[in-house]
Amino acid sequence: MTILKALRPMVRKEFRQIRRDPASLGMLLVLPAGMIILVGYALNFDVKHIPLVIWDQSRTHESREFAEHFRTTEYFSHLYDAASYDEIEEHFLNGRAKIALVIPENFGRSLLAGEETRVQILVDGSDANTGGQAVGYAGRMTADYSLRLIGEAFQRVGRKQYVPLDLQPRIWYNPDLVSSKFLVPGLIGLIISLTAVISTALTVVREKELGTMEQIMVSPLRPIQVIAGKTLPYLAISLVATTAILVLGYLLFDIEIKGSLLVLYSGIVMVILGGLGQGLLVSTVTDSQQVAFMAAALSSLLPGFILSGFVFPISSMPVVLQVLSNVTVNKFFLVVVRGIMLKGVGIEAIWPQFVYMAIFSGVTLGISVRRMQKQVR
Amino acid sequence: MVATRFHAVRESARMIGEMIRKEFLQIRQDRRMLMVSLFAPVLQVLLLGYAATTDLTNASLVVCDQDRTPESRTFIRRFTTSGYFVERYRVDVPDEANRYIEHAEASMALVVPKGFGSSLLRREQAHVQVVLDGTDANTSNVLLGYASQVVASASQEILLDAASAMRGMRVGMVVPEPRIWFNPDLKSANYMVPGVVVLVLMVITLMLTSLGIVREKEIGTLEQLMVTPIKPHELILGKLIPFAAIGFTDVVVVLAVARFWFHVPMVGSIPLLFALSGLFILTTLGLGLFVSTIAKSQQQAMLIAMFFVMMPMMFLGGFVFPIANMPPVIQATTYVMPLRYFFEIVRGILLKGAGPAELWHQALALIVFGVVILTLSVWRFRKTLG
Repeated sequence: MTILKALRPMVRKEFRQIRRDPASLGMLLVLPAGMIILVGYALNFDVKHIPLVIWDQSRTHESREFAEHFRTTEYFSHLYDAASYDEIEEHFLNGRAKIALVIPENFGRSLLAGEETRVQILVDGSDANTGGQAVGYAGRMTADYSLRLIGEAFQRVGRKQYVPLDLQPRIWYNPDLVSSKFLVPGLIGLIISLTAVISTALTVVREKELGTMEQIMVSPLRPIQVIAGKTLPYLAISLVATTAILVLGYLLFDIEIKGSLLVLYSGIVMVILGGLGQGLLVSTVTDSQQVAFMAAALSSLLPGFILSGFVFPISSMPVVLQVLSNVTVNKFFLVVVRGIMLKGVGIEAIWPQFVYMAIFSGVTLGISVRRMQKQVR
Repeated sequence: MVATRFHAVRESARMIGEMIRKEFLQIRQDRRMLMVSLFAPVLQVLLLGYAATTDLTNASLVVCDQDRTPESRTFIRRFTTSGYFVERYRVDVPDEANRYIEHAEASMALVVPKGFGSSLLRREQAHVQVVLDGTDANTSNVLLGYASQVVASASQEILLDAASAMRGMRVGMVVPEPRIWFNPDLKSANYMVPGVVVLVLMVITLMLTSLGIVREKEIGTLEQLMVTPIKPHELILGKLIPFAAIGFTDVVVVLAVARFWFHVPMVGSIPLLFALSGLFILTTLGLGLFVSTIAKSQQQAMLIAMFFVMMPMMFLGGFVFPIANMPPVIQATTYVMPLRYFFEIVRGILLKGAGPAELWHQALALIVFGVVILTLSVWRFRKTLG
């Protein structure tokens, strides 16, 4: 109780300081939600409408019919016709097209003669993900076309036309494989944790730089109280910002929360504490706001984006990096937020993540307190 | 007249020179910052270059063969020899297979129901099921694509076998012959590592300058500068040039990591790449300076730099999310992001060997952006002074 009482002046001072800079406060409250609106619509991994060039050397009824398949699918959008490899290369170099279909001159004749015909599928492989999917789509479309040809041949001799194998996919949780359903909850996690790191990264070092730290040190406050006083106001701000994000996510992106709201908010509090801890740690070990800014941004921005499993599956990373990925608290929260929002899992499936987040915030906040103690001495 | 103008130019150059000297002295004093700005980019490219991968080979498969006939075994072998899937587990009932998917221990479940073989022998359609966790839509989509390919080619072969058994039956077929240009093995690192290089350069150069002026404002040293005869554009240039030197060193270092550590191909002209990288860091350093002229405190400058500049470019610049898939309104906003052009430049030069003929639009866009942002900074700075 006495600790809480002693905290009050520190929290009040911090709040007053925050109020004095309404622009920063506004940014911390409004921008996370703004980022969700801006980016939430744009994030999309779906590889569709890949720009296509067609070079039809055959110019027969058959070749046009074949090309029609590529023209009418949503996987490709037929933008250009070419008449040489140079032309195709130019389209690729300028990034105007990513796949080219080259139908050889003897295409129609061979098909009529009942022979095997090869068509060239040229792919700009620089973007390996898009390139790989483009090859896959093109392969499937030619296979489908061949199946139809065989079926027609069967019919001509009076046999039943049928496709021997039927693939029945069952896709759980996200049956239409809409990538935004995967990315938007991840984005929410990323923005929350980034905002938390940013909000405290300069708080302690600023006082050091401006000289007000010494005043705090001569006061009877203990380091743990100073750290708590710096954490709690930002926890409150972050919770408000997060609630705005969740409401907007529901209104704009139809992201429902399938699981328990209570468990989700517990996770949110944990990840915010982890982020605030990371920010405070940066702030207590640095001497200038410049270096603190750099350390905070370098340790949170790109690692949170690339190393956390937000887009790149952690299971595909080398083992060393799977271990190193534990430096982003976001990694654990992403499992929580996706589990609750998409799958509706309960605490029994994700409790280990809570343990990790507790360890992360315990370690970062603990070291911050220790660092404060050293400075006091 | 000419003499006085010459004198003015020389005076201005001297001012800028003094300013540069002061900045360099300051940088030298703050060793930590210099260390961070030279070593952090290397470390980041090394780590994140490995992490940013979309390669999917040897996805783990759980197999449930309820049919247990020669036909079902042949079919399952098609999956395990495709190079895409590795059989990790074999189970007896579909529910068991589902559990592996539920606990994310396998990427895909393949279920061959009873009656598969006999349907095939009767020349009737046989059904097979695959089960995937759709949470990670991209991964599942790729895996589903692989599975469809395997099934389609199996269908084709079964029909062809049947056809060849019939006399007088001739069937035309189309066989795709894929040729992949620029990155024949479809290694995602070749695309992602240059992307990481660009992101790291953006973050580091923006951070170098975005506190530059506001720091002097907060500490009070800006007033000392204001009483000297230095002009706003001289001060801005003086702040810019030392950091351009650091930024360019970073360019050289991270590109070397990409080339010699990650073996990213460098097909195009390296001098052209360096020249355009120089242009790019001028735009990001300029953006940072602009941020530091509009912020009232270093805290504000950091928030503006992170929320308004770095994050939007990181998400929307075209690093992993293709710009062509974005809604038109958001696509329009990407035209004011220097990062967008630099992604195209770096990937174009490194992987495709693109030259000036293909990249002059992007270069022009960077120049225009740089001039505009530096002019805005000078203008904002003059307002601060007045």
